[in-house]
Amino acid sequence: MSILYQLLDFLLPFEWMQHLFMKNAFLGVLLVTPIFGLLGTMVVNNRMAFFADALGHSALTGIAIGVILGVSRPLWSMVLFSILLSVAILIVKNANTASTDTIIGVFSSTAVALGIVILSIRGGFTKYSVYLIGDLLSITPTDLIMLAAAFVTVIVLWFLLFNKLLLVSVNQSLARSRGINVRLYDIIFTMLTAVVVTISIQWVGVLIISSLLILPAASARNIARSMRQYHRYSVAIAVISGISGLILSYFWGTASGATIVLIAAAFFAGTFLIKLKFS
Amino acid sequence: MIHHDKTDGQQCNDCSCGLCCTRIQNFGVIRGKFEILKDVNLHIHCGDLTAVIGPNGAGKSTLLKAILGEIPHSGELIFLDAKKEHTGRPLIGYVPQKLDFDNSSPMSVFDLFACAHTNKAVWFFHSGKTYDRIRQSLARVNAEQLIDRRLGALSGGELQRVLLALALDPVPDLLLLDEPVSGIDHNGLQMFYNTVSELRRNYDLSIILVSHDLSLVAQYADRVVFLNNKTVESCGTPEEVFSDSKVADVFGLNLFKPKGGIEE
Repeated sequence: MSILYQLLDFLLPFEWMQHLFMKNAFLGVLLVTPIFGLLGTMVVNNRMAFFADALGHSALTGIAIGVILGVSRPLWSMVLFSILLSVAILIVKNANTASTDTIIGVFSSTAVALGIVILSIRGGFTKYSVYLIGDLLSITPTDLIMLAAAFVTVIVLWFLLFNKLLLVSVNQSLARSRGINVRLYDIIFTMLTAVVVTISIQWVGVLIISSLLILPAASARNIARSMRQYHRYSVAIAVISGISGLILSYFWGTASGATIVLIAAAFFAGTFLIKLKFS
Repeated sequence: MIHHDKTDGQQCNDCSCGLCCTRIQNFGVIRGKFEILKDVNLHIHCGDLTAVIGPNGAGKSTLLKAILGEIPHSGELIFLDAKKEHTGRPLIGYVPQKLDFDNSSPMSVFDLFACAHTNKAVWFFHSGKTYDRIRQSLARVNAEQLIDRRLGALSGGELQRVLLALALDPVPDLLLLDEPVSGIDHNGLQMFYNTVSELRRNYDLSIILVSHDLSLVAQYADRVVFLNNKTVESCGTPEEVFSDSKVADVFGLNLFKPKGGIEE
């Protein structure tokens, strides 16, 4: 770890980089934003923006369940609950009884309400409000190791599974005719998104986590013409927004997660104008 | 072409190529409490274009999805190769009725083919070999110039040709076509049928085509299957089926020798 810190000091000899919490946050951003850039491309392609939002909200219930069980760090109960919720949404969605956004809305609001009710039992909800906006500056070296593991897992899976995921996203019958197990890939992608969203929520916050997933990909779509461009732009926009947002939040004294999202939103506005002008 | 009569269940010795055939036996589909298809028996010969027609809601697309294995069904799908040995599931190529995808998606025709053909993630790799292979695939339907176009920017007819090229690579035993209801004009459809007809002869394909354009069916199909009331009510050559009173009742016209065709 200390080698990494020295390297950062050497490469970025700025005042803001002197603090240990900024070094950790910087490394955290470098690990989290590319994953969000990658996963976001598929989330946007599959029109799952609302779904990502529901996943973020479900974290509240995950925390609540963790509190009931007496876990000091509710991360595991959050991950478990978000996986359960995402699979539940998939199952109900595949039963084809109501439109997808209705189903997600039902699950999302139920999860939020349940989480708030449990967490406010003794009037102590404020204690957990940190989860609403997140705190990037609280990342510890242990968290970084976990993030690195998530980073490697997502990248490897994205190399191995992407083509099949893409075909499933284009047309399920077409994918099936080429021997792809559509349900399986649906579930893998949903669970992957659920896990990544949940482990990042304590730093980014329930309220804005889905924006971080959606905005880089949505901006990249405005200007990309192929899957390769789409991914390159999306990852680049995510990383640039992440780092510049972190630095700006340091100087402005604002919440870093929200600042990052604002920069990403500016990217969307910019690329949207480019799209209007050239098409 | 050799005349085929209603020979469901008979040995496959009257195929025009004499090599292979696909048999659908006692297909039935039940979704929830509703029976959508029952007792469907079809015998598809290779080199034949079999058109499936019928009123809206007769279960035409459901039949295709059942053959694809996308929705559960009763009955069997049997594919017999040249030696008349049971070879299990045939390799199926499928052209969907509409590609329900996001038009604004930054996905090129190349991306679509590459993600179906290779396991090298298309968001990272770009191989010249794959590119050439895809160009050749597209050339079969005269669409090689579309390779770098965005999928969402194609016209209905162009998209249909691209999807046909995709379904033909690798060359399938059985080709399922779900003709689009809208988005393609009559000329575009005629061109599509011409291409399909040619391919059938060149590759000895068995083709099942769900169609809404009866005049084109009359012109191009070798066999016609009339699906109504959840099952096959009439099947045979276009002449036979279109002169069947049950068919005429549903479509309300003397359908053989049609002029403009009836479109749903």
